[in-house]
This record gives sequence, structure tokens and C-alpha cells, in this order.
Amino acid sequence: MAWLGFASLLLRCLEEQQGRGAAMEEAVWMWAVAACVKALLIPSYRSTDFEVHRHWLALTSSVPLRRWYSDTSAPCCTLDYPPLFAYFQRLLALPATSLGLHPSGLLHLSPSPPSSAPLPVLLYLRLSVIVTDLVFLLAAVRLARRRLPIARRSIVLVLLLWSPALLIVDHIHFQYNGYLLGILLLSLSFLEEGKDLAAGIAFSVLICSKHLFLIAAPLYFVYLLRHYCRGSLWKASGRFLIMGGVVGAVFVAAFGPFFYYGQIQQVLSRLFPFGRGLCHAYWAPNFWVFYIVIDKLLAVVLSKLGFDIPSPEASFTGGLVGNSSHFAVLPQVTPLITFVMVLLSMSPCLIKAFQKPQAKHLIRWVAYAFTCGFMFGWHVHEKASLHFTIPLAVISVDSLNDARHYFLLSIVSCYSMFPLLFEPQEYPIKVLLLTLYAIAMWIGFSSYFKLVVVPAEDKVHNPSTSDREETFIGKFGTIYLLGLLGVELWGQLLHPYIFGSSLPFLPLMMISIYCAIGMVCSWAWQLRQILQRT
Amino acid sequence: MFDDIHPMARKTEARGSAAAASGRHTPADVDGVAASSFLWSTTVLAPSTAVAVALFALLIRLLVSLGPYSGQGTPSMYGDYEAQRHWMEITLHTPTAEWYRNTAANNLSYWGLDYPPLTAYQSLAHAFLINASIPESLALSSSRGFESHKSKLAMRWTVLSSDLLVLFPAAIYFVSVYFRRNVGGDAKGRSSPWFLAMILLNPCLILIDHGHFQYNCISLGLTLGAIAAILSQKEITASILFCLAINHKQMSLYYAPAFFSHLLGKCFRRKNPIFEVLKLGLVVIGIFALVWWPYIHSVQSVMEVIHRLAPFERGVFEDYVANFWCSTSMLIKWKRIFTISTMRFICSIATILAFFPSFVQQIKSPSDLGFLYSLLNSSFSFYLFSYQVHEKSILLPLLPASLLALQEPTLFGWLINCSLLSMYPLVCRDKLSLQYGSVLALFALIFYAPHGKQHGRVDKSSTKRVALLTVGLICSAVLHLVYLGLEPPKRYPFLFEALIMSFCFSQFVIYTVYTNIKQWMLLDHSSLKMRVKKDS
Repeated sequence: MAWLGFASLLLRCLEEQQGRGAAMEEAVWMWAVAACVKALLIPSYRSTDFEVHRHWLALTSSVPLRRWYSDTSAPCCTLDYPPLFAYFQRLLALPATSLGLHPSGLLHLSPSPPSSAPLPVLLYLRLSVIVTDLVFLLAAVRLARRRLPIARRSIVLVLLLWSPALLIVDHIHFQYNGYLLGILLLSLSFLEEGKDLAAGIAFSVLICSKHLFLIAAPLYFVYLLRHYCRGSLWKASGRFLIMGGVVGAVFVAAFGPFFYYGQIQQVLSRLFPFGRGLCHAYWAPNFWVFYIVIDKLLAVVLSKLGFDIPSPEASFTGGLVGNSSHFAVLPQVTPLITFVMVLLSMSPCLIKAFQKPQAKHLIRWVAYAFTCGFMFGWHVHEKASLHFTIPLAVISVDSLNDARHYFLLSIVSCYSMFPLLFEPQEYPIKVLLLTLYAIAMWIGFSSYFKLVVVPAEDKVHNPSTSDREETFIGKFGTIYLLGLLGVELWGQLLHPYIFGSSLPFLPLMMISIYCAIGMVCSWAWQLRQILQRT
Repeated sequence: MFDDIHPMARKTEARGSAAAASGRHTPADVDGVAASSFLWSTTVLAPSTAVAVALFALLIRLLVSLGPYSGQGTPSMYGDYEAQRHWMEITLHTPTAEWYRNTAANNLSYWGLDYPPLTAYQSLAHAFLINASIPESLALSSSRGFESHKSKLAMRWTVLSSDLLVLFPAAIYFVSVYFRRNVGGDAKGRSSPWFLAMILLNPCLILIDHGHFQYNCISLGLTLGAIAAILSQKEITASILFCLAINHKQMSLYYAPAFFSHLLGKCFRRKNPIFEVLKLGLVVIGIFALVWWPYIHSVQSVMEVIHRLAPFERGVFEDYVANFWCSTSMLIKWKRIFTISTMRFICSIATILAFFPSFVQQIKSPSDLGFLYSLLNSSFSFYLFSYQVHEKSILLPLLPASLLALQEPTLFGWLINCSLLSMYPLVCRDKLSLQYGSVLALFALIFYAPHGKQHGRVDKSSTKRVALLTVGLICSAVLHLVYLGLEPPKRYPFLFEALIMSFCFSQFVIYTVYTNIKQWMLLDHSSLKMRVKKDS
């Protein structure tokens, strides 16, 4: 018996070892294919974020550290990411000098429009995004190699490495989300493997790189408190001190220099600009979309009924509305209210994590926490939906329901980013990226979950099953996706045909509202899953 | 890259989730064997897989089309992009009879139309489309050298749509016929999605059509359709399609010996050979008459067109081509020794001699696989020896080479590498190096896809072959770097081009000698099979 057990253990070890090598090979192949696509995307459209990041390179490499957060040489592009990201930019700027990129203006402080960036600058910045994506690749391999059988691992890798939303935001629009999400996934993989201390370090590095990830901090705190700091009181407090010390060290390394120079006030005011409005210029598809729409509708109805409704002075769709986002009928929303709502909505997963801190549910909880932040947060960008769609990709193969949910959610999330690329040149690219991803998901999921045929006699005896004929995505999903197609067709064809160039915000509003419906459903579904399954 | 939907799952797509809803689905096979074919190993081209591969190929074309086109922002003559735009302008604003004639409106010395009438009609059709949105880009004479972001986009879309309408369906048709007729022999372990990707993701074609700017996809697509039609025994359709291909680009004549010999050989094996030949001949004449209708009313106008199509006053080669005449001109100055007319004669003889063996083989024993080899051999003979070849003509041998990708995978990969290298000077002139590198890398990745191709074949490659390939790869890498990084000596400003071309030429010659031998070795058993089929 013992021999058998030992042999099986040995076999499993061997299998795992083999699996790791193969996983790496497969993942590198997929990453390389994606990298070719990314390289071809180098000449494509880039947003002002491109100039912002270029300016940060220039800023961090030519201005002394104590003035990084107080420099105003380019009002468009002030540094508003936490210090670790600024250090990261400083590092990225290092090779530029030795490559002799000074004459190209890569490190000049004066801003220039992103569309006219000279080729060396363009290549340098775009390639820096592609190369730093390696962090994402590493994290994806770490997460995927634990997911056997091989087919499951392959699907996870495809879903992570060929994410169209990530391609659109990072490699066309221009940001470093691949690098940042890579750190998040790394920390998740550490948690799954039980390396809580490493996970804590990774997560604090993440927060010090982009503070939007703070939303998951309560969950991390609760989980690490209950999972890492367990045992007797003596042992628990010791571990608590270790964790606190390590996390604190990361924060000191990040913020310490600015504290030393007395800049901390300035840093914080840059990081948390509550002067901005509740919603971004283009409404992220979250709960507040409905709030605004209901308010507008109520205002119209009530003023028709003869009530005196003060019309709001700034249109929500007009761009940055600052603090003047007055609602006509419904109560005003302040940052504090959104904060409380986010905390309240994520409390189920906090309670669950407190009661039973199990690593296997962790990705679900983290994704849910980010979803809450996205649904109810203050001034949320549509790009923030990446924070939960990417982790959810990892667990999308756990069950058919998860697969179905991820299929719809990833399409909605990517579609809600379509307005980022508004030029006709990129239109077919974004559509094809999403379509290809949808086909890949379809093929992958339906071959993985070989759907069992209903025997013919079953259908004869039980006509109700034949009434419920459904495809992989289900009736609701099909209708919803058809509606999505309708919204897109309206925005692209019918709207310009009927209204011409008037009411330009209407198609965008429709996308927001329609995607918000999907997002709310996804949030509710995740909440139910957490309550039932964890 | 993509899995074929499991047959069972495909059956249930329509009604599957009824069962799914009742919770009877299980994560598939724990051992992960069936589902680990996340990929390629299937000979059945499922619609979803075909669509996925085709859309991916389209995406890559779109991405390459973001780059610059030939002659972008270089006034006076510009490049092929301007030529195509100019043809749209001419066909839109002048009467059909004057398209090939030097008139006040149509100055033939400025990018005069030099392709057969079908190209002109295609230009006209695209001109109508573009004229509807950007008329100023096609205004007569005032639009010369017109460049704008919007018109570039519109022009790019005309190529993309032609590709999508002609080459893509032809490729899918070919791949399905190939596996249905079992052309490549034992179909075990072969992958149809991989094969389709090899045909559609041909980096040279993508770079020339969607980077440099041409419409090779149309003539190559028509040819591919004709090949597939021949494989599925539809000779009349094949003749029509191939005549259209010739009438779109006269370079399609490179394939003519193969088509002619194969069809002739087949006709000889029928009951009424003369009737069969006459039937096909009539189809060919009919199609030609139809396409040339505006010109066949007078001998003079036919001669005008023919004169434009065969510009014999130009030299034996232009720029640098990896063919016999250009590569040997370092040693023998052909242009100085012979007059143009003698040179023309020598070229013709050399070409005929080169394609003769494969021609004879197809008449003797026409077979599906032999036909594919013969297409490759005859187009290579034209590329290597005919008069007035330019570097883009390598696309013609590449098409049949890609159709043989399952027969000769390693050689095909190597051929793609050499062809790309032979186009490298052109790519550098067009500033498409970034696209060149990415498409080459992408092709290599798909070529060596983890589960693609046949597993056995790769392992079989002996160390000798690997060593040879490595030496070749090092040579090509060195040539790339030398061309990019070093200044050529002042006395020989085109030294590196010449080096690249002779290297590629040597590889091409070895390749085509090998494929000629292969074609002749097919002779015995395949012709036997044909006979058995015919009898039954």
C-alpha cells in the first residue's frame, strides 16, 4: 500500500514538473503571438495618456525627486500615480539615455501632441509596454499551471494573454495595465500557493504603484489577518507584526522620500483629487448611470407636472463636471456616500473571508471587491472593469456557470471600452479583436464543457425541456448580446443617418446604460455566488 | 490556436444547454487528451475554426495596413499606391477605349495602365466607391499625388475587401477540397486550420498587398479558386477562374504551363479528347472575348493594350531580383552583351527549358498532387528565367508552395524566409521594417505552433537537415543585419542587394530542382490510381 501511495505521489510530482515546463512553453508561445500583434499596433492611434506617460519619463529623469509632485511645467500631465509608479517610470527612462534618444525629445519636459510623436519616441514607449507585460506573462503562468487538466490550463492562458480589453487599453490607448495587473495576479498566485507574506508584499507594491487597487485592501486585510495571523495569540501577534513590518517597509520605501522632503501633503492631494465629479466624461457603466438617468427622467416628469425643478447648470455628458454635479431631484452624492456604499456592498465577502479564510475562494472575493468598487465608486473609469474581468478569467473554467458569466462579462467589459478608440482607422481592429476573443471563448468553453445531448425520448416525454432550448450562453445571454449588437449598429449607422451630427452624446449614453445593465447583473450574480458557494 | 468544437458539442449547440441547465454537464476528460487538442489536430475544417483563422488573418492584414504605403510623401512619381489611385482616376474619367491610349487626359508616361482589362474594371469599380465619399482624391489630373488620411483608409479598404471577397473564400474552398479529396495522401495527424493559416498568413503577400499596396490577392485568389476547382473535377469553372486571373494580372501566365499540361493530360484520358479540348478552348476564348470586349473591335486597339502589357523596351530585370539574370549579371553583363531582342529570345528558351520537365510529367500522368508541384515548378521557372521580372513576382511561386505546406513543411518555411529576404530591400524602401519583422515572427510562431502540423514530421528531421537550416538561417540573419547596419563601399553601392539576391537565388534553384525531382517521383503510383478511378 505504502509503495502504491509513494508511486502515485512520484507520478504526480513528475506530471506536475512536466506540466510546468509545458505550461511555460505554451504561455510563451501565446505571449509571443500577442506580442507580434502588439508590435503591429505600434503605429496605431494613441490617446493623451501617451503624452502623459512620456512626460512622466521626462519629469522623473530631469527633475529632482522632491519636486516630482509639485512640478507644474505641463498642466496636462501632472504626476498623479503613487511613488512606486514614478520610480518605475524613472527606471524606464534609464536605458533611453544610453540609447542616445535625447535628440528625439523623449525626455523633454515640454508637451507635444501624441499623434506627432517621432518614431524613436513612439517605438520606445510602445516597446516598454510590451516588455513590461512580461510581468503579466509570469503571473499568468503561475496561476495557470495549477489548473489541470491541460485543456483547462490552455483556456486560462488564452483568456488571460489574448484579452482584447487589455490590448485596447494598453497597446492602442496606451497605459501600463498589463504590468500592474501582472502584479495583482502575482499576489493572487502567491495567496493560492499559501505564500501569504509574498502576497502581502506584492499587493502593497501594487497599491504603491496605482492606488485604484486600494479597493481590495479591506479584503486583503481581513484575509491575511485571519489566514496568515492564525494560531495562538502569541504566534498570531508575531505574524501580524511581521506582515505589518513588511508592508510598512514597502510603504516607507515608496512614500518615505517624499515625507523626508515634506512633500507628503502635495503627494496625497495629487493622488486623491476629489474635486473631480462623480462620473468621468464618458460614464463608466456602473450603478451611478442609472442614478443619473432616473434623476433626469424624474426632473422632466416633475417639471411637466408643474413642479419647479432647477435645471442643472452643467451637463453630465459635457466632460469634467467638477463638484457641481448637482442632481435635480435625487439627493446629492458625495465621496463619503460612495465610500460607504462600496464598503457596504463588499461586506458579504469580507464577512465570508473572516469566517472561513480559504485560498480557493480568494480570486472570487477579490474580483467581487473590485466589482463593488467599480459599481459604486467615485469617478470611476471604464478601464477599471479590467481589475475584475482579468482575475475572473482565471476561475472562468471552474464551472459552466462561471464560463457563461465570464463569456458575457468579458464581452460587455471590452465593449464598454470601445468609445476609447473613436477613429475610423481603429474601428475594425477593435471589433475584430473582440469577435476573435468571443469565438476563442466559445470554442474553448464548449469543447471543454462537452454539453451532454438530451436523449430524443426525453424530449418526447418531457416537452418542457424542448421549450427551454438554449445555447451555451442561454436565452438571456443571447438576447442581451443581440441587444449589444443593436446598440452598436444604432451608434454606427442609424444614429448618424437619423440625427446627423447632432446629439453626439446619445450613442455613448446608450453604450453606458446598456453595458451598465450587464455590469449590474454580473455584480448581482457574483454576489449570489459568494453567498451560496463560499 | 483554436480548437475544433468537439463533434458532440457541435451537435448540441442548438439544444445543448437544456441538458446543461439540468446539471448534466461535466468538465471534460480528466486525462485531458481529447480536450488538449485545443488546437489544430483535425482534418475537418469546422465553420467556427475556419472563421476564427480567417478573422485572425484579416486582423493581421488590418494591422499591417496601418503602416506606410509605397511612395508615401515622395513627390513627382510616388509609388504603386499612386499608380493604383491614378488608374482609378483614369478609368473613372476617360472612356474605356482610351484607357490604354496616350491622350491629353491620359498621359501614359505617368503610371500608364499596364495590366489587362480586368484590373482596369476593378479600378473602375473601386473608383465608384471612393468617388462617392472623397471625389477630390480622384479628380482628373488635379488629384495627382493626392494623399490624405481618409483616402489612405479608403484605398486600404478596397484591398482588404478584395482580399476578403476573393482570396479568403478560395482558400477555404481549397482547404476543404484538399482534405475531402485526400490530396496529400494519408490525412492522419494533419491539421486543416494550420494549413488554412499557412495559406492565408503568407507574410510576403500580406506585406505587398497591405503594406506596399497592390491587388495581388485578386489574381492569386482567382488562381487558387481555379486550382481548387481542378482538384474537385470542375474543369470549366477552373478555366473560367484562371482566365479571369490572367486577365487581372498577366503574371498569372506563370501558371499557364501547369494548367495547360494538366488539363491536356486529363483530356487525353477521356473518351473524346478532341471534344474535351475544344470545350475548354471555347470557354477560354469566350472569357477572353468578354473581358476584352471594348478592344476587340479593331486590331489597332488590341495591339495598343498588348503593347502596354508587354513592355519589352524595358530591361531584362528591374531593381534587384533573385533570378538567374540578375544574380549572374555580376559576372556576365547580359545587358551589354546582347540586344534586347536576342535577350528576349534567350529568356524565352531558358524559361521553356526550365518548365519543360514538369510540363511533360503532367501530360504523361496528371494527378492532383503532381498538379500542385507542377504549378510550383512552372511558376518558379518563369520567376528565375523569364524577361522583365520584379521582386514581387516571388508571390507567384509562393502560392503553390503554400499549398504544398503539408507535403514539404520545412522547405516551405525556409522558402518563405528566403522570399522575405529577397523582398527586404523593397520593404526597407517602403519603411515597412516593423511590419516585416512582426509578420515574419508571427508566421514563424504559427508555423511552429505547439500542437500544429504533424508531430511526427518535425522529429524526423535529421541532424544534417537541422545543421543545414541553421547555416541558412545564420546567413539570412547576417544579410539582414549587413543590409541594415553597414554602409556599402562607394565603388559598389548596390553590393549588399546583389549579395542578398544571389543568396536567395541559390536557395530558390535548389528548392525548385528538388521539387522537380519530387514531381517526377510521383509519376508511378499516382497515375495508376487515376486509371483505376477512371475505369470505375
